[in-house]
Amino acid sequence: MTFTATLQRELLLAWRRPAEIINPLFFFVMVTALFPLGVSPQPELLATIAPGVVWVAALLAVLLSVDGLFRADHDSGALEQLLSAPQNLYVPVLAKLVAHWLLTGLPLVLVAPLLGYMLHLPSAAIGVLFVAVLLGTPTMIAIGAIGASLTVSLRSGGILLSLLVLPLYVPVLVFGAGVVSYAAKGLPVSGVLALLAAMMLASFTLAPAAVAAGLRISTGN
Amino acid sequence: MYFESLTAFLQMGHHGPYVWSAYGISALLVATNLYWAHRRQRTVLNEIRRLARRQQSGL
Amino acid sequence: MIWKTLKRWYHQLGSPRYFYRFSEAVLPWLWPIALLVTTVGLVWGLAFAPEDYQQGNSYRIIFIHVPAASAALLGYISIGVAGLVNLVWRMKMAEVMIKAIAPFGAVLAAIALITGAIWGKPTWGTYWVWDARLTSMLIMLFLYLGIMALIHAISDPRQAGRAAGLLAVVGVINVIIVKYSVEWWHSLHQGSTIKLTGETTMPAEMLIPLLLSMLGIYLLFAVSVLWRARAELLWRERKSAWVKELL
Repeated sequence: MTFTATLQRELLLAWRRPAEIINPLFFFVMVTALFPLGVSPQPELLATIAPGVVWVAALLAVLLSVDGLFRADHDSGALEQLLSAPQNLYVPVLAKLVAHWLLTGLPLVLVAPLLGYMLHLPSAAIGVLFVAVLLGTPTMIAIGAIGASLTVSLRSGGILLSLLVLPLYVPVLVFGAGVVSYAAKGLPVSGVLALLAAMMLASFTLAPAAVAAGLRISTGN
Repeated sequence: MYFESLTAFLQMGHHGPYVWSAYGISALLVATNLYWAHRRQRTVLNEIRRLARRQQSGL
Repeated sequence: MIWKTLKRWYHQLGSPRYFYRFSEAVLPWLWPIALLVTTVGLVWGLAFAPEDYQQGNSYRIIFIHVPAASAALLGYISIGVAGLVNLVWRMKMAEVMIKAIAPFGAVLAAIALITGAIWGKPTWGTYWVWDARLTSMLIMLFLYLGIMALIHAISDPRQAGRAAGLLAVVGVINVIIVKYSVEWWHSLHQGSTIKLTGETTMPAEMLIPLLLSMLGIYLLFAVSVLWRARAELLWRERKSAWVKELL
């Protein structure tokens, strides 16, 4: 299937299952809201932990959503059909990842600044938070997809997926939250943002190959 | 020997508990791991022998 | 000339039967040598090396900590290489190696963390700090456990080997980035001046036992890998003629 065809298919399927968009977003907001309740409502404290809290919440939301990336197709047999065709899997997988970002990542990006504001993040940092999450969510989806491709055929796949993917998320988390802390302190951010952009480009262009390999392994091709 | 006596060696200038617990835990973990590896080899050999005998005698 | 011999070795060891015979020949003398070198290095470091100027006797933990940490890192990279070889050339032995290396590597990573924590108490006053190196090692332990969990979860050994190989390749790239990212992050939060080893140049009386211990631990690692690889090979090839001949 071509890029646009796959993209259209994914968006159409998601349109019929709005839960795919709403659940990760709801999770994101709820988890972030838990921290003032569980830790402390003090503005200074919240402002200090805000970068990390928003990032961890976004990370977990992406992780949860990525588990279902291939599961529906695997269960319905559509995945096997796609793999049996003698074509390069790179393009359809890339389209699937783009679609997934549009459906899952983009809402997180749009809501993140609001959550930053609610956690008393200084305004200088909120813009950087937006850009950082914009760059980070595709990276996390790409890396998560690799894990998903390896665990799609397993029954306890969800838990195992988290175990596999969370260590791989550490660099994005460290740099993503770090750059927002930097911005809050008034330090220069362009270097780290460039690094995040590099990670996004690298992971998003290389991951589809790994995902394709993982899918072939999982379905025994 | 750097230490004057065996007691001094064991005490390690009041760092004894740290040094000895570190060495002890490490030795335990390594020994256990190696033992498991060795046992696995034995188990596999026995399993294969059992399977071979069943094949010969039965079917 | 060397290149040709190495290539020949590589191809020969790729055959399960040859590898088994190779391990059969090597293990009887490798095992005692490994134990001997490790013991000599550790006893030297424990009893004969001088005290450290700043840290006193607690620094002696270094003779386990550094070998374990470096061996764990090398082990993980080896798994990554084996994974790559497996993905590209579908070599059976590469799959076997992944399964053989992971358990001991994980234990070494755990040992590096535990000994590091114990060393930290008298040196920094606390068992755990989010020091760049400790944190990176913690992440590596999780990566090891992830590989072992994935192998355990997949019932078909060939599929498990290939999946673990792919994960390992991705993980090796990550290990490099994690190290860099955590160092940067740690410097962000740098409040204390923490150094794992005070000395940049080690005197010979400390360096030699350290190198001996490292060599010993690497040899023990090799022994454990050979043992596990043998067991795995036997099981995978149990239906083949050469295994039946062995019995």
